[in-house]
Amino acid sequence: MADYKLQTPLSEAQVRQLRLEDTVTIDGTIFGIRDATQIRIFDEGIAPPVDLTGSVCLHTAPGVRKLPDGRYEKICIGTTTSTRMDRFVPGLVEQYGVRAIVGKGGVLEASVQAMQRAGAVYLAIVGGAAALETLQIEEIEQVWWEDLMPECLWKFRVKDFGPLILAIDSHGNSRYRAIQERAAARIAAFEL
Amino acid sequence: MKTIYDTIETVARDLYWTALKDIPDDIRAALKGGLDAERKDGNSTAEQVLFTILENIKTADEHDTLVCQDTGLPVYKVVVGTKAAVDIPELKSRIQRACERATVEYPLRSNTVHPLTRKHTGTNTGQGIPIIKLDFAPGSDCIEITMAPKGSGSENMSFLNMLNPAEGLRGIKKFVLQCIFESGAKPCPPMIVGIGLGGTSDVAMQLAKEASTFRKIGSSNPDPDVAALERELLDKINQTGIGPQGLGGTTTALAVNIEWAHTHISHNPVAVNIQCWRGERASARITADLKVTYGNGGL
Repeated sequence: MADYKLQTPLSEAQVRQLRLEDTVTIDGTIFGIRDATQIRIFDEGIAPPVDLTGSVCLHTAPGVRKLPDGRYEKICIGTTTSTRMDRFVPGLVEQYGVRAIVGKGGVLEASVQAMQRAGAVYLAIVGGAAALETLQIEEIEQVWWEDLMPECLWKFRVKDFGPLILAIDSHGNSRYRAIQERAAARIAAFEL
Repeated sequence: MKTIYDTIETVARDLYWTALKDIPDDIRAALKGGLDAERKDGNSTAEQVLFTILENIKTADEHDTLVCQDTGLPVYKVVVGTKAAVDIPELKSRIQRACERATVEYPLRSNTVHPLTRKHTGTNTGQGIPIIKLDFAPGSDCIEITMAPKGSGSENMSFLNMLNPAEGLRGIKKFVLQCIFESGAKPCPPMIVGIGLGGTSDVAMQLAKEASTFRKIGSSNPDPDVAALERELLDKINQTGIGPQGLGGTTTALAVNIEWAHTHISHNPVAVNIQCWRGERASARITADLKVTYGNGGL
């Protein structure tokens, strides 16, 4: 179990070294995506207007205030459940080269395998802890697809973003899978 | 001159903000208890998660900011005294106005969309929203309002099963544990598990919501058999090891609350509704002379 401080963009070697239970803190840039963003990319076949190679993507739809100059001020930025968007993960990591997904709730087996093939990881944030998360996001740098508000494609500048828990590594291991398997066995053994 | 409706509107708006910022004392105490338990058991990840949750609550207190970005679907539980002189349709329309004002004035993220077109209303209001649950208190001249912004991560973990009577208590327990397993990491555990037993299908779901969202932690159902089931299920759910954020640990649920109604001889309805760790709710009482008392998560 080790603590890593990583600067974006991430290389394959950087994510391959990470193991379950490591903790990661990120500096640099994080992209915000949610259901509608990925429906546009994958179901409507519209390529993202920015290169996501080596990027870190966060499952979010922020609360914001639009300023007179067109920029956005953060009000509250937190994380939503990744499992809902599980089917987009293979495309993100294999087609677009995303190296890390930050979310809560985890993703399922096909995504775990895609992350293993592509060299990508899933970093668990504490869901609901948006007051802290908002402080770690320094600025909303850019936004695309404003018609999807608040589920646009967001670019955030972050400092000391974390600590994030390495919950799915790039070697086919998932902490969620292990815990759910153990829970299933324990439930089966209960005398009801 | 200020009317009772003006007061209702202001209070309902402020309760939306308070619920998003100020976590109720009973929830804070339960989270602290979870942290102590995980520390004692040596579950370092669970300890880190619960520590972060408590730090986050503290940060929201210090900076006067929202605890979580999910501003939810607004749910108002309103208890009107039978001696309170209010027109109910006007009360409802003022609560709707309060949600719009809360959203625009803060501004809060709006979550309300048409279920088919997914078109946003932009105000956290719309057809059937806010959800207003009305009840009446005999003899009182007060109005009590409790507001809960119900977040999607936990609300998506909602389940109903019209079991056979022959499946009995064992069937109820089995179904609840299946629901918890299926929920896993998704509803932001440690969760509050609300269970509705009996009634018709819609009543069972409403009872589950009352149990998950409006009951305080530490309260037991007055029926001793039901209270025993609450204790047994809490114990078993925490033995699953799902833990905080589904990353392992002994604090999977902060509480199991059950509400019930009588049911048909052919029915055995079980509904499950989950609330996330933030357990957000805020309450106020408005008297006939427009005095307002606020309660942290209840009155």
